[in-house]
Amino acid sequence: MTAIRYDGPACALPLTDTQRVQLGHGSGGKMSAALIRDHFLPVLGNHYLSQLADGAVVPIGNRRLVVSTDSFVVSPLEFPGGNIGTLAVHGTLNDVAMMGGDPLYLTAGFVLEEGLSLDVLDRVVRTMGHCADEAGVQLIAGDTKVVERGKADGMFINTTGIGLLDATFHPGPARAREGDVILVSGALGRHGMAIMAVREGLAFESTITSDTANLTPLVALLRAAASEGIATLRDPTRGGLASALNEIAQASNVGMELDEAALPIPAEVAAACEMLGLDPLYVANEGVLMAIVRPEKAEAALEALRTHPAGAEACVVGRVVSDHPRYVVLRTAIGGSRVVDLLPGDQLPRIC
Amino acid sequence: MRFLSEYRDPVLARTLIQRIQTTASRRWTLMEVCGGQTHTIVRQGLDELLGGAIEMIHGPGCPVCVTPLEQIDKALALAAHPEVIFTSFGDMLRVPGSSCDLLQVRARGGTVRVVYSPLDALELAIRTPDKQVVFFAVGFETTAPANAMAVWRARQLGVPNFSVLVSHVTVPPAMTAILDSPDNRVQAFLAAGHVCAVMGWTEYEPIAARYRVPIVVTGFEPLDILEGMLMAVQQLESGRHEVENQYVRSVRREGTPPAQDLVRQVFRLGDRQWRGIGTIPASGLMLREEYADFDAEIRFSLGHIHAEEPAECRAGDVLRGNLKPTQCPAFGTRCTPEKPLGAPMVSSEGACAAYYNYARFRAPAPAAEVAS
Repeated sequence: MTAIRYDGPACALPLTDTQRVQLGHGSGGKMSAALIRDHFLPVLGNHYLSQLADGAVVPIGNRRLVVSTDSFVVSPLEFPGGNIGTLAVHGTLNDVAMMGGDPLYLTAGFVLEEGLSLDVLDRVVRTMGHCADEAGVQLIAGDTKVVERGKADGMFINTTGIGLLDATFHPGPARAREGDVILVSGALGRHGMAIMAVREGLAFESTITSDTANLTPLVALLRAAASEGIATLRDPTRGGLASALNEIAQASNVGMELDEAALPIPAEVAAACEMLGLDPLYVANEGVLMAIVRPEKAEAALEALRTHPAGAEACVVGRVVSDHPRYVVLRTAIGGSRVVDLLPGDQLPRIC
Repeated sequence: MRFLSEYRDPVLARTLIQRIQTTASRRWTLMEVCGGQTHTIVRQGLDELLGGAIEMIHGPGCPVCVTPLEQIDKALALAAHPEVIFTSFGDMLRVPGSSCDLLQVRARGGTVRVVYSPLDALELAIRTPDKQVVFFAVGFETTAPANAMAVWRARQLGVPNFSVLVSHVTVPPAMTAILDSPDNRVQAFLAAGHVCAVMGWTEYEPIAARYRVPIVVTGFEPLDILEGMLMAVQQLESGRHEVENQYVRSVRREGTPPAQDLVRQVFRLGDRQWRGIGTIPASGLMLREEYADFDAEIRFSLGHIHAEEPAECRAGDVLRGNLKPTQCPAFGTRCTPEKPLGAPMVSSEGACAAYYNYARFRAPAPAAEVAS
């Protein structure tokens, strides 16, 4: 074999000032934020886009529409607990719901790779129909494109969701304030670790299944029980609970304090994370609702969530504080504390 | 969870902290050797809970941090090669070389894959016979047996398209180098439990005797580390300097002889450069002559790649324990995990990253006597 030619430095530090897109730009961490800030907002930015929310609320006559769009790329396409179609419907419905909207319609665009099994496609499409029916929304427009083998990972799906906003319900990322209580609707880290376990071929004592779920029923329950007391709603997907809380801490200019002992992390998720050297706080969820609630409404909100099977394990995980504004700090189970920051890029597994 | 929450029990932790505080008649200076221990200390806030009863200096036991720049540059060159699938443990991917990191090489078209085991890399080579698969064999004695096993199996099976880029180091020479340094402040060591699970602790007995320094083989969970600290403080208070074993559930005095045999069969000792520290004699593991066919440096003629470390990075002082990360003038300003000057800011085991991620919020440590 011929020797490699190595002509010395080809790019200079700092490393994140790269001239090409890296996988870390899609992690939901600091690199993703920088990509949007430096390459999209200067050109496309406007009143709506600049709010950097999951979707936008736009006035049409005297009604207000909630519009949200999301693209889904996941490997493997099918995994324990769901498939790419479940994510594509639930993910966009949830984004509309987190803005305070009642989802009504969906559109879907499919990019299919040459060679994709039609059985797989049928299963995904059937799942999407089932999920949409269950949520009472209609899929009203769609598009398909096919690309050559090797140009897409089986299939990619983009969905857009449209809903109507309830005039009295205004959750938003900038509304958290000191004293508010941070709630989650259930176990953390299941979706991300279900995918990792399949990819890494890890056999655990019990299989981890994705938590993918439609969260609109939980939002409806919260709205009925504590409408004006709900400051912020989020479904902590890519980047996990840690990234979602960091964004809200910055948008609201408040500090967040999490209680490690209170975090509902299932034993099998914790074990898989330990084994793979990952932090469950940054692992994606697809069926967890996080709510920041005024303290006087926290109990009512919790009780409401627990009446639904998807919220049966709802619990308080932390509080909004005036100390350390814009930072999320975890009180460790052992009594110490540490900063829970946005990650620069993807989580990288540890060496040993 | 079994075997996890037991070692993170807050009540037992408080008891151990109180015992350390009441046992220590002065502020002893301890070094935890392993980067995994550094992360537990900072991530769980143990240093904060101890309230300054003892000073912890963070040791050089982060395999990612001490891998010399030159080896990183060789990795980058290999990963950029069109015929090569470069495989590595995850946390090597963001370590800056002279020019860029492995993630950037991947974005420019290089093939870089994260593996959890060198045997997975060997599997990949067998499945992909038209490509060269190179594994980045880094780490201390902990990762050496598995890496040795991959090379040994590749030779047994005659896999022609598998090779390793080796940057292995061993712990005892680094501890001796720290103790020999004129500005050494370390009074006792918490030795790395996983290294000792492989090697045992007989190598440490002459070090403890010669330098009159207590060495406690210690695990990685919060209660392990607190117990290790207490055992070290008890030795210091009673004037003893022995090798003791806190990590009894994993470590025996003789270690794991089959693993040691395999390492000796595949590797020999040699001088090795440590990033930020310099060359330490007989501190590295190199492939033996009979495994030279599997040496990526030879197969791809990488001998011409040399690299200078950036002058502003004080990684050497941090790795030797002479500088707390927060005392580095570049910390958190010109050096952050997004724009690292050196590996300790990148690796999940690196002391700088541990402070940046978990503790930068707290008041900076008081200025220590920094060696010039």
